[in-house]
Amino acid sequence: MNEFWVLLTGSLVGITCGLTGVFLILRKTAMIADAISHTVLFGIVVAFMVTQSLSGFWMLVGAAIAGLLTTFLVQLLQSGGLQEDAAIGVVFTSLFALGVLFITLFAGNVHLDVEHVLMGEIAFVPWDTWDILGFSMPKAVWMLLIVLVFNLLFLVFFYKEMKLTTFDPVFALSIGLPIVAMHYSYMTLVSLTTVAAFDSVGAVLVVAMLIGPAATAYLMSKSVIGMIVWSMAFGVMAAITGYYLAKLWNTSIAGMMAAMIGVLFMLVFLFKPHDGWIWKVFKRMKIKDTEPNIL
Amino acid sequence: MDALQVTNLSVAYEEKVVLQNVNLTTPVGHLTGIIGPNGAGKSTLIKAILNQLPNKTGAVHILERPLNPKDHLVGYVPQRNAVDWDFPANALDVVLMGRYGHIGMIRKPSAKDKQIAMECLKNVGMEAFADRSIGQLSGGQQQRVFLARALAQEAEVYFMDEPFVGVDAATERTIIAILKDLKAKGKSVFVVHHDLQTAADYFDWMILLNQTITASGPTEQTFTEDNLQEAYGGKLFFMDQTKLNKTFN
Amino acid sequence: MLTGNLLWVLIGAILLGIAAGLNGTFAFLQKQSLVGDAAAHAALPGIAIAYLVTQQKDLPILMLGAAITSALAVYMIQWIVGNSKLKADAAIGFVLSVFFGIGIVLLTIVNQSGTGNQSGLNDFIFGKAATMAKSDLVWLSSSALLIILMCLLFFKEWKLMIFDPIFAKGIGLPVERLRILLTALTVLTIVTGIQAVGVILMAAMLIIPAAAARFWSNHLGVILVTSAFFGALSGALGTIISSVRTGLSTGPIIVLCAASLFVISYFFAPTRGFIAKSLKKKAFKQRNVVKEAANHE
Ligand SMILES: Nc1ncnc2c1ncn2[C@@H]1O[C@H](COP(=O)(O)OP(=O)(O)OP(=O)(O)O)[C@@H](O)[C@H]1O
Ligand SMILES: [Mg+2]
Repeated sequence: MNEFWVLLTGSLVGITCGLTGVFLILRKTAMIADAISHTVLFGIVVAFMVTQSLSGFWMLVGAAIAGLLTTFLVQLLQSGGLQEDAAIGVVFTSLFALGVLFITLFAGNVHLDVEHVLMGEIAFVPWDTWDILGFSMPKAVWMLLIVLVFNLLFLVFFYKEMKLTTFDPVFALSIGLPIVAMHYSYMTLVSLTTVAAFDSVGAVLVVAMLIGPAATAYLMSKSVIGMIVWSMAFGVMAAITGYYLAKLWNTSIAGMMAAMIGVLFMLVFLFKPHDGWIWKVFKRMKIKDTEPNIL
Repeated sequence: MDALQVTNLSVAYEEKVVLQNVNLTTPVGHLTGIIGPNGAGKSTLIKAILNQLPNKTGAVHILERPLNPKDHLVGYVPQRNAVDWDFPANALDVVLMGRYGHIGMIRKPSAKDKQIAMECLKNVGMEAFADRSIGQLSGGQQQRVFLARALAQEAEVYFMDEPFVGVDAATERTIIAILKDLKAKGKSVFVVHHDLQTAADYFDWMILLNQTITASGPTEQTFTEDNLQEAYGGKLFFMDQTKLNKTFN
Repeated sequence: MLTGNLLWVLIGAILLGIAAGLNGTFAFLQKQSLVGDAAAHAALPGIAIAYLVTQQKDLPILMLGAAITSALAVYMIQWIVGNSKLKADAAIGFVLSVFFGIGIVLLTIVNQSGTGNQSGLNDFIFGKAATMAKSDLVWLSSSALLIILMCLLFFKEWKLMIFDPIFAKGIGLPVERLRILLTALTVLTIVTGIQAVGVILMAAMLIIPAAAARFWSNHLGVILVTSAFFGALSGALGTIISSVRTGLSTGPIIVLCAASLFVISYFFAPTRGFIAKSLKKKAFKQRNVVKEAANHE
């Protein structure tokens, strides 16, 4: 049974992050997700300092605010004339350092150690349960389900707006779409997804899960819908294979899932028919082979 | 009725003032060319009219009202290469995006929207490419798809930023035929254009621009050598004089 | 107050700050700041592998392992961007998180291998400048000095290469080799710093001083000197502050010092700073309002 919950949690992380990650790749904001996954630590610490509790709800609130703050600050620095990559780098490392400092100053003895934040403890997920509406399920599963529902609702309602503001923001603006509001709503979702996932699997796996499966799906698919389906499928595959390999080699589950994301990406990147790397190298060789005949 | 009325428009990027005190009025039903040298501020003028620049002063009226995207009065073909050509979407998807303003938030495109989009694709001669990924279209084909998207907007006033760049002669003729057709239907079309040889043929109204309006009005009155010399700051000498004279006559 | 070891830590932090400030400026100008972030994260598996293979934790050996995987990560990012439609941000995020994940897998294995628990490899995640051994600090300082020297030596070539690679190639500069050398130096800067400030915050040392310096000037020379100065200042301040109050890790404090310098630059730098710009915008609006009023009369 415990194994089931761990697998379910991992798969839910794969599905939720896979879904959210698609637009990160399409909007070329993958590194903002990386930034948010680091600054969420800051949000959680501040939430703890304010409420003196580690309840899931306040963590979500703190993380959402930290995510929005990150997005806002990056935008602010960019409008101040700083290039995007540097703006992201400045904001997240500073807030992360501040988070680490706050932990050592104000929350040193609480269960908030930074390694836990980075790597998560998915193996402990089954023991921390919530009862909602008579169902008793692990807290992580509840949080992931709730955030998944948010994500699904958002995309059901605003799929076409997200698509247009992503593809051609200038045109979207000209027909009156609220592109700034869309951006911030979406980034809030990314933050919520990050915090729901990283409580169980840690910040590193969240980034891997947000970016990796969607990046792999980007190579696979010709439509946004197709990309979403592939992305979620890759997320689940990585979670399940990663879990069993980690068990086999007795090592970090979250780390192994991240590694499997890398493996899946490489498989597609190298071997995908027609535009995989190996395929292209072969084609190039063939052209070279035929060259002497032409001469 | 005026299609476009601009009063005292000034725009600056950072510290540099790019447009200075622009005033112009264009009645409806014209195919208008916006003409001027590189860096004159043509793209900037369009963006300012569409309210996409923060640092500006002055007023813009379209069909005698301030711009409100919810009116669906304005169609826009932005400069090419501003979008991500690897985006997973096909030609029909892109044209359908032109309907989004009419569809409204949250609701999905209806069968009728799809039909309109398909018709617009047909109009630009691209119906055979409806499910082709946009990245796999040639530059001219991409340009046609974006024109189809603007047509799908069913707007009253259109702004197009250099729609003829990288387009072959046949496509250029197709596009200009479509634009003239729009004019015949009483719509107003504004086109940024670089080729002075064809300008007088294509447009019946002109805006000559270099930081400020140097001339604007019906082509016969505005498209004169003096006005052009002024707009191009005397740099016009390397143009083919004989051809230019031919267009004037 | 400056007892033997602290003095060495201070020297190390200052030299590291200068090295990262110089190198980070070049990365910044190439719009590759976040590649440094990925390279820093990717050092982790290298450290673990070096330990697993040699069962030693001498700094030079671990640094070698870190350098190899860091360089591999940078190369992989370029390879992915060059051979697929993925953009740089996705490639960087992907490589960063997967390498770090693999690093954690290996670190867990090290920690479970009995002796591993005392290996202190975990320190590489957050750094432990204040408690570094003197021999390690000597390593750090000499490596940082080497980086500084190289940056001064190749300043002119890199400047041209970044600004206009095609022209640089045209006048006979070995652009590809210069680029590799610059990447190698970035990797060296990172592996030099990770034991002191940790893999996550090492990126900050590369990014923040350079970004702050950019607000002060449009001349590469001035930016480089400012960035190096900011790096050194944050290194020194961070070390001193964290030594005054025990229990504070040095890495985050150094980064927060750099961040403070950045905030100051962002707002108060002349001409490119926020305040200077806002004033200019206001002046533009006012000028035109006056003009409009005049037109209406
Ligand atoms: N984002 C920007 N920031 C700063 N300056 C800008 C920006 N965009 C344009 N400019 C400057 O404003 C001026 C006008 O630019 P604009 O793009 O409107 O010219 P244009 O008439 O469309 O030229 P072209 O014929 O080359 O397309 C130019 O001098 C340009 O350098
Ligand atoms: Mg232009």
